[in-house]
Amino acid sequence: MTTTKKRLVDNDGAVSVLVVLMGFLVGTILVALVGKNPLNMYKALFQALSGYNIDNGRMNVRYIAETLNYSVPFILCGLSMGFAKRVGLFNIGGEGQYIMGLTLAQTVALLGPQVVVLHWILAILSAIVIGALWGGVVGLLKAKYEVSEVVSTIMLNYVALYLSRIICLQLPGATTYKTANFPTTALIENRFFQTITHNSLLNNGIFMMVAAVLLFWYIMEKTSLGYGMRATGFNKDAARASGIPVVKSISISMAISGAFAGLAGGIVALGSFKYGRVLAGMDNYGFDGIAVALVGNCTALGTTLAGLLFGLLKNAQALMQGKQIPKEITFIIQGLIVIFIALRSALKLYQEYLDKRQLQKEVGVK
Amino acid sequence: MNMIIGMLPSVLMIVAPILITAIGGMICEKSGVVNIALEGLMAIGACTAAAAHVLMEGSGMNHSLSLFLALSMGFLTGGLFSLVHAAAAINLNADQTISGTGINLLANGVTIFASQILFSSDRTREFRMGMQTDVLGIYPTAYIALVVVILSWFILYKLPFGMHLRACGEHPGAAESVGINVKRMRYWAVIASGVLAGLAGGCVVLTQTIQYTSNTINGRGFIALAAVSFGRWRPLGVAGAALLFGTAQAFSIIANNIPALRVLPTEVFNILPYVVTLAALVLFSGKNYAPAAAGTPYEKGAS
Repeated sequence: MTTTKKRLVDNDGAVSVLVVLMGFLVGTILVALVGKNPLNMYKALFQALSGYNIDNGRMNVRYIAETLNYSVPFILCGLSMGFAKRVGLFNIGGEGQYIMGLTLAQTVALLGPQVVVLHWILAILSAIVIGALWGGVVGLLKAKYEVSEVVSTIMLNYVALYLSRIICLQLPGATTYKTANFPTTALIENRFFQTITHNSLLNNGIFMMVAAVLLFWYIMEKTSLGYGMRATGFNKDAARASGIPVVKSISISMAISGAFAGLAGGIVALGSFKYGRVLAGMDNYGFDGIAVALVGNCTALGTTLAGLLFGLLKNAQALMQGKQIPKEITFIIQGLIVIFIALRSALKLYQEYLDKRQLQKEVGVK
Repeated sequence: MNMIIGMLPSVLMIVAPILITAIGGMICEKSGVVNIALEGLMAIGACTAAAAHVLMEGSGMNHSLSLFLALSMGFLTGGLFSLVHAAAAINLNADQTISGTGINLLANGVTIFASQILFSSDRTREFRMGMQTDVLGIYPTAYIALVVVILSWFILYKLPFGMHLRACGEHPGAAESVGINVKRMRYWAVIASGVLAGLAGGCVVLTQTIQYTSNTINGRGFIALAAVSFGRWRPLGVAGAALLFGTAQAFSIIANNIPALRVLPTEVFNILPYVVTLAALVLFSGKNYAPAAAGTPYEKGAS
């Protein structure tokens, strides 16, 4: 009995599954408490997952494609948060890095050279670069001036939001909420996907996301750079003592972290919209990325799975609303999941308690 | 000069909730617990106060009584939700940034969910009349903030209770060794930050708008969080920082009336408080003023 419990506590993946289930359980209870039928919530989730509508027996693959498309920015922002977390940094600035990526991608899309292929590559690359800069600054402030990255990233999120508005309002054809349409050379749409998924928004961004996941895994697990970063995350002083450049480690990892979020912004801008947006508020992908990374234990595979779950929840929102379930229940479930993750340490406390009991039994203390 | 005096009421209106929240955050960090859930707790307080006020107003209750009860309910729900953070951070040794983030996410959902259930809309119903200004054009919230600052200073620096609380944030082991119950002190501090953030949320919604929407708080809690570190964890410093941010924010409204500034987009002024904070954090970096044990769980008997 004790061994199975121990295995559960040590296995991060199992804890994540448990935490997600607990989040859904409490969410379900809440829905029932306010007099709605939780079954409708699960019908909506099932339809977003499989494309199959239980109520009328119709199948539409578009829902699956939309779930995948929604999960792209979640996964990328999750990687952003996860990369920083592995170095022991809490990057709440994914939102700002995402916004800057989105803004620059829109700018390049509207003003850049309209050359086939080159145009969107340029737009996506600039999104990545600005994201890296926006994140790198935080690393520099942290490493050089000891400014808490939690506070500085929050400030930079708002700077990014308003800066984005200033820039986008200057773009061609800008009104208070949108700009002119992008030239087709800037779009990352995928005709093949559109044909087989009844015109879903699924686009080439998904390939970039997969590449980013592989890159994350490769840097973290297979390179000495990643090793140094993980060592810094485990124990900064020990890392410094063994010759790992901690300041460089922190700045570079924040830059890479920002690059992932910047890419997310670029993909959403050019994949899900045909025009530039003048943001009135935040898209919240960056904030939700925090939860995604935490659920996924900041690993490449875990973050991908968690991102798919969040994409599923987001895609199910409209379906829930149609079934009289307030769509905000998905936010509540996400919040609960994160709170339960924070309680992971409670499981460890419980384990220690069990160990102590075991030990006391063995030495015969009454 | 006249213009500056003319600005004062709107500056105070904006500063008051930020300041009240920041003082709560400061008390919390002084005890050794970092609370980044301030934003979410403000939202919960604001939603509660707005919903309570519009419902009581509709039932024909006396206006002042309704306002008072609405604020009290914001105060209480803020405290209630902060208990989640307290239990996680203090009893269960949870990562405080994660549990704070969780509450912020949860608040996003809970407030709008409640509006959907109560008003079948993604916002609370509009109330007819919020708080009224006094003869000087100042909202009562400014006086509430003043009282909160003075009280916090008095309790933290003039009463044994405050000294004990600060000891828990600097060296919990030492505090415990002289018989202070560290966990209980930290509970009081987290609850204080919760009730103050909830109260401040109510102040925002009852002075600056007519209903609660998902955009009502819009980063004020995060600004309060920054004001704590910018104000170096001292009541006067925090008050100064909050005043600076509030003025910067009020400027974006006032700039519209100044022809010379109207050429600039309003967003320039929206950015101001955040850039000022960042610059200040860099300029005043070096010495770390934060309570030594802030953010680390305390385990009895460990070390």
